[in-house]
Amino acid sequence: MEKIAIVGVGNTKIGEWYENSLRGLTDIAITKAIESANIDPKEIESTFIGSMSPGIFNQQEHISALIGPHSGVNAPALRVESACASGSQALRVAMMAIQAGYYDSALVIGVEKMTDLIDIGDVTTALGTASDSSWELGMGATFPALFALMMRAHMHKYGSTLEEFASVAVKNHNNGSLNPDAQFPKKVTMEQVMNSRIIADPIRLFDCSPVSDGAAAIIVTKESLAKKYTDDPVYVTGSGAGTDHIALHHRPDITTMESAKRAVKKAFDMAKIKTKDVDFIEVHDCFTIAEVITLEDIGFCKKGQGGKFSLDGETALNSTISVNPSGGLKSKGHPVGATGIYQVIEVFHQLRNEAGKRQVTKNNIGVTHNIGGSGATCVANVFSRGD
Amino acid sequence: MSVPRFWRRIHSLYRLEGTKCTKCESLYFPERNRCIKCNSNDLQPFFYSGYGKIVSYSWVYTPPKGFKSGIPYCLAIIELDEGPRLTTQVVAVNQEEVSIDMPVEFAFRKISAEGEEGVITYGFKFRPKGYPNHKKKKH
Repeated sequence: MEKIAIVGVGNTKIGEWYENSLRGLTDIAITKAIESANIDPKEIESTFIGSMSPGIFNQQEHISALIGPHSGVNAPALRVESACASGSQALRVAMMAIQAGYYDSALVIGVEKMTDLIDIGDVTTALGTASDSSWELGMGATFPALFALMMRAHMHKYGSTLEEFASVAVKNHNNGSLNPDAQFPKKVTMEQVMNSRIIADPIRLFDCSPVSDGAAAIIVTKESLAKKYTDDPVYVTGSGAGTDHIALHHRPDITTMESAKRAVKKAFDMAKIKTKDVDFIEVHDCFTIAEVITLEDIGFCKKGQGGKFSLDGETALNSTISVNPSGGLKSKGHPVGATGIYQVIEVFHQLRNEAGKRQVTKNNIGVTHNIGGSGATCVANVFSRGD
Repeated sequence: MSVPRFWRRIHSLYRLEGTKCTKCESLYFPERNRCIKCNSNDLQPFFYSGYGKIVSYSWVYTPPKGFKSGIPYCLAIIELDEGPRLTTQVVAVNQEEVSIDMPVEFAFRKISAEGEEGVITYGFKFRPKGYPNHKKKKH
């Protein structure tokens, strides 16, 4: 089976784009990706779009037809949805289609335009549909609340502290302050995080990723065709996905994510790597607790020690393991269905030494970890250069 | 919450009705019609006692639509004495009174209301175990 190569990328800065639309933002990302790959749009044979809820956020379904033709890409298009993991799932589907022989190339897009909903209750409800809508959202659960349940259980079981969780936000804002495409490219202090207002106790505002607009696009092709478009393609060397019960209460241990463990194991096995081989990783820090659990689940530290590992500075840029060099969802922003593709684009730039001030020094193997819902879906991908 | 989505769950929401596998005795809430442990299709209705304990909890200050009147409210995962878990609200408690492993019991309450004219949903919430049904008047 031929490896999949990424030959061009493009994205918008993440932010609150009141002056632009879902279609307009995506056009910016597609145009940049096409220029980056130096590809004739007519050569693109398929389009896969990860997006969580355009129907709710923008009153627009059928965005597979909305997006490509508007930007001059008339290839057959499909929208892929797995909540916040939609972007990574779209990449997986594109890889399967190419490796199955249906196409030679694909445009893979992630997009979410969340600020067309003005009322925060509407946004909270829209995001809540990624939980068990009847039995979680319908009982008053929000995403901050579901992750707060995990956080409190983690604190109770392992003795993790609010200071440890706050250190995740501080570190990610440190990294994000070096990322010109980040929504909030500024540093924050432990005091700011720990004194921010309560959203769902013990989760405070600065434990949460923001509401964001953004579009990201990548061009992928077969290994044998990659050099036609770029001298420095980035290859997907491993890919895995995992699914678990949608409702958090149906998972026996709420301080771990089985879907993530399965996805990461599959991806690492396929890439023939172990945890110690990973040079840097983009993890899904929708809330600080999610990054802490993920550090433990992947095995960068012992179970229960993820918070301490973070507070001790082991996850800072160019320390033991560079976690979220982009600034993560916390600082870079979290346009939900687009996040997986933004993660891939960060890895692409890091592997090609194009990440500017936030460049990691060890950059042979980069990983993305993208979850959907409260961890019911996880996609992990492993990337490296061809050399 | 649309009327059909609410109405078809009334048996579970009002009286904690789930199912029990007649073959391997696995319990489910809400109901399943096929046992995911032994694959049997022979499941019967099962009524939970309404007693359980708190697995984890949060106080919600930023609610979804229809829940604004209750904030901050205590959202929790409850493990029923019979085993299955559910997500619900814990009522009749102050913030400092709630803790993990705290025993709780079923209480029938209003769950959400959508504006002046929308649907009002009712169903289970949980309260401290042994909570008096009618508090004595103070005077």
